[in-house]
Amino acid sequence: MKEGNHDKLKHEFQGFYRILVLSCVIVALFSVAMIYLMVDPDLSSFKSTEPNTEMVSVPVEEDDDYDKVENGIHVRTGFIEAPGMMETVQNCTNCHSAKLVMQNRMNKERWKTTIKWMQETQNLWDLGENEDVIINYLVTNYPPKKKGRREVLTDIDWYELKD
Amino acid sequence: MQRRKFIGKAALASLASIVGADIVYGSKMSPNYIPLALQDPDPFKMFNKDKDMVVLNDKPWNMEAQAHLLDDRVTPNKYIFVRNNGLIPEEIDVKNWTLTIDGESVKQKKTYTLEELKSKFKQHTYQLTLECGGNGRSEFDPPAKGNQWTIGAVYCASWTGVRLRDVLEDVGIKDDAVYFGYHAADIHLSRDPSKEPISRGAPMAKALQDETILAFKMNGEDIPLTHGYPLRVIAGGWPASVSGKWLQRISIRNIVHDGTKMTGTAYRVPCKPVAPGEKVADEDMCIIESMPVKSLITYPKSGATISKGKKLNIRGHAWAGELEVAKMEYSIDFGSTWKTCKLEKPVNRLAWQHFSAEVDFPQEGYYEVWAKATDSNGFAQPMLLPGWNPKGYLNNACHRIAVKIA
Repeated sequence: MKEGNHDKLKHEFQGFYRILVLSCVIVALFSVAMIYLMVDPDLSSFKSTEPNTEMVSVPVEEDDDYDKVENGIHVRTGFIEAPGMMETVQNCTNCHSAKLVMQNRMNKERWKTTIKWMQETQNLWDLGENEDVIINYLVTNYPPKKKGRREVLTDIDWYELKD
Repeated sequence: MQRRKFIGKAALASLASIVGADIVYGSKMSPNYIPLALQDPDPFKMFNKDKDMVVLNDKPWNMEAQAHLLDDRVTPNKYIFVRNNGLIPEEIDVKNWTLTIDGESVKQKKTYTLEELKSKFKQHTYQLTLECGGNGRSEFDPPAKGNQWTIGAVYCASWTGVRLRDVLEDVGIKDDAVYFGYHAADIHLSRDPSKEPISRGAPMAKALQDETILAFKMNGEDIPLTHGYPLRVIAGGWPASVSGKWLQRISIRNIVHDGTKMTGTAYRVPCKPVAPGEKVADEDMCIIESMPVKSLITYPKSGATISKGKKLNIRGHAWAGELEVAKMEYSIDFGSTWKTCKLEKPVNRLAWQHFSAEVDFPQEGYYEVWAKATDSNGFAQPMLLPGWNPKGYLNNACHRIAVKIA
């Protein structure tokens, strides 16, 4: 084999190698772009989202208390502040609203039955010593009201009817 | 607003971490769509309800109308009561939504897409009265357990869908079929996926009625999310809980359906009358079927003052479960005398009927206008509370409004 031929072959091989590297780079870039499009078809990362994230200062009370009580009412739930309130908040407002508790006026026995029903069918946990605390809180602060067979109309909002 | 959007995006990420999974198709969510869990806690905006609707419960959502809000002949969404037993489904994929009919008494299990239901079966539109079984519960003494509905858990909307009967004929039902029961996409309050918030139904005779439909439209539009989008059962005249929302599956049973809130004391009343406050064993409680006769004065709003010598035009609606209302009367002297109201026929079976009257008052003073409907079997609304029952269902006592003549 002559020296010249060898050089020529080497030269050709280098040229072929350059094309191979270049096409690999093109394929790789193309793949990255396609994968990106699959993940983010709207090219949302390239769209400016800056205006949407403009921060506006909003007054936030530094001492914002999660369990704040105002005028004898637990602000977050509406419960009357009295012994047993926090036990009631912690055990009775995870699944349902405090509104459901307050609008139901029951005696001790019926609350016991209701709690048992919630434990048997609604995944309520064992309340332990808190059960009596909660029931006492409820019958003291939300006692049943006597309504009779039909109540008189109250809270009538009088207005002049024009025709 | 801008700040809220920012919070929305941040919250989407944190929701994903709370849920413990990526929000699938998160990038395809409409920019206006915020997942329910994050929505504005203002229920009036969230459900497009009028600000005069009354919220009874926010977890689950329960909200009722007032009598004067129900004046329309066909109730618009903004005045329709909300009664949810669980949490509203958080993801609704309408394109892949299917209804499966299964159970012991189907010849074969069959699944339909929404499109198949709409194209394969003839569509029907009916105005159908839906009333919560516990509407009026707040008046019972001793008090009954549950949401304390006053008078506003009733409405009559126009529903479009296909007959359940047509679908069941296509599936093939065995002779031993007794009951249908629905299964839906709502979530139990405890978030326990093995529990259903509610799964009720009705005997086959109700399933096969013309007016018992699988609805996909309410008042000509897609059913609002909180009322069961994209598909629900509508069984007019029965406790509204029979009309299952977010419908995914109907089981044709060879026994009385035993799903959640079919058993125990739910939607049941004592089989025999009991004294107020009496304990009733579960086995002595019977399932409520047709709702009783009832009516509402929707105009004027209670509290109207008019001048002496003027007549008062009153109007409202009356309904009677499976039956028709045969007679409508009013009294301004606490039931001593009754006068007849003009009463229209229902536009179709199980739609509420409209009544009106022109009322004369003899002299100045305080009056109550009481309304009383009588059904086609001769049963009328009581002026006092009907029989007490442990769960406070079926209070169909007369409605009344206060009027002053000055």
